[in-house]
Amino acid sequence: MNLIKIKAQYEEVRKQIVDSYVWKSIFRHGYKDIPRNRVLMTASNVFLHLHPSKMRRHGIKVSYTWCAGGLTFLFFLILTVTGVILMFYYRPVGEYAYVDMKYLQFDVPFGMIMRNMHRWSAHIMVILVMLHMFRVFLTGSYKPPREFNWVIGVILLVLTFLLSFTGYLLPWDQLAIWAVTVGTNMARATPLMGNEGPLAEQMRQLTGLITPRYDARSLLTAGTIVGAPTLLRFYVLHCIFIPIATAVLIIVHFWRVRKDGGISGPL
Amino acid sequence: MAEPHKKAEKIVPASSLTPDKIHTWPFLVRNEFIMGVVTLIAVTVWSILIDAPLESPANPARTPNPSKAPWYFLGLQEMLVYFDPWMAGVVLPSLIIVGLMMIPYVDLNPKGSGYYTFRERKFAVSVFCFGFLILWIFLIFVGVFLRGPGWNFFAPWQEWDPHKVVALTNVDLNMFLAQHLGIDMLRDTVVQAVFGTALIGAYYSLIGVFWKWKSKTIEALQELGVIRYGIVAFLFLTMMALPIKMVLRWTLNIKYIVKFPWIGLNI
Repeated sequence: MNLIKIKAQYEEVRKQIVDSYVWKSIFRHGYKDIPRNRVLMTASNVFLHLHPSKMRRHGIKVSYTWCAGGLTFLFFLILTVTGVILMFYYRPVGEYAYVDMKYLQFDVPFGMIMRNMHRWSAHIMVILVMLHMFRVFLTGSYKPPREFNWVIGVILLVLTFLLSFTGYLLPWDQLAIWAVTVGTNMARATPLMGNEGPLAEQMRQLTGLITPRYDARSLLTAGTIVGAPTLLRFYVLHCIFIPIATAVLIIVHFWRVRKDGGISGPL
Repeated sequence: MAEPHKKAEKIVPASSLTPDKIHTWPFLVRNEFIMGVVTLIAVTVWSILIDAPLESPANPARTPNPSKAPWYFLGLQEMLVYFDPWMAGVVLPSLIIVGLMMIPYVDLNPKGSGYYTFRERKFAVSVFCFGFLILWIFLIFVGVFLRGPGWNFFAPWQEWDPHKVVALTNVDLNMFLAQHLGIDMLRDTVVQAVFGTALIGAYYSLIGVFWKWKSKTIEALQELGVIRYGIVAFLFLTMMALPIKMVLRWTLNIKYIVKFPWIGLNI
């Protein structure tokens, strides 16, 4: 008897909360599992409305999508969060960068795990983005009307490489500086614009530029070697320029998936 | 206030879903949530267990041997064995990016859109798999695991000996022919430039030869049209130039096909 009374009271309180003005201003629809609420769950949620409210059955199969695209995005988010946390402690200055790495590892609470997560996630994201491209090719998902979204995807692939590459320098250890030296040395061989590339001598005579200090490579490294100015340049590219470009293109990429007819599938 | 629940079933009756369609909520969102949580746990555990490497501080005066680029660029670094930097580091990577972007515009085959198939698009899938799995992934594998000091080849079980002696027996194609066929004229710089240019011209003229030979009989070629065919054939032959040069190097120790010392361009 008493139990029924309590239950009724609970029901009364619940109803008062759920029917209150404030509650309804936050949650526009009920949670009861009816088709309309299922649709509203995606349609009235700013994050979930990236999705259509209804989709093809095979589109949720892991064997079809490999989850590669979605997980790539998840790793982009993980990298953004851990990256911002690392930015609180890291200074992109020749004298401080390596010391700050040690500080992060040994003194900052949870510094080591943040750095580990950032590093491992970066590697995983590069792998996932390549897998995503491979999957999209194998399923022919770039075929009409999705041609242009493939192009955006290729740009995102390149941006992911650049994000990883610019981040590679920031620990300012031997691995970082020499990997980036090897990578940026390639730009030295750019035809016409690199100081050791084909036609460099001719361009030098013609323009007076294309010297070790002013060529395609020094544009990246901000000097003749990978030094402190390179570190600052890569830091700004890594934390500001490339992430913003990537985020914008991710939005376009997702938008186009919807606009081009949702997830691909047999016609 | 409106009563959203009441009208519910009238607006979206469950029967409006075709058998092929499902609600994104809960079916897709549930999968995404599970995958997301599992991934987050996995990457957190990984980051707790394994620390990211941090080597000694950056020192521009001490070059490690070997100096390796980040792992995802090691396929490109591996190409440096077979091509000069302007080709392996600049031209070929650019062509990879441009070529990838062009795929949707040169693949007119309407079949295989939205499902896995090899039978219906044999050429597209084989070429992409060769490029991606062999020339990209496998070369990365070689660069990461099989290259040691001096970029010399080491089996995984061999110790990296920085003093390993490797005979430099590479010889340019013109010298090779001059020596083995007795055509001394080829030793001349100008003659070899003309000869090498002709060789490369002959290689790329295969594009036209194949078109003349097969365009009437292969329907797909007619559909493609001469311009799109030309792009595909050019990119394909350029891609195949890498394995061709690899085989020439392994079997005959050929270094350059042609040299233009006046502008610093060797192929």
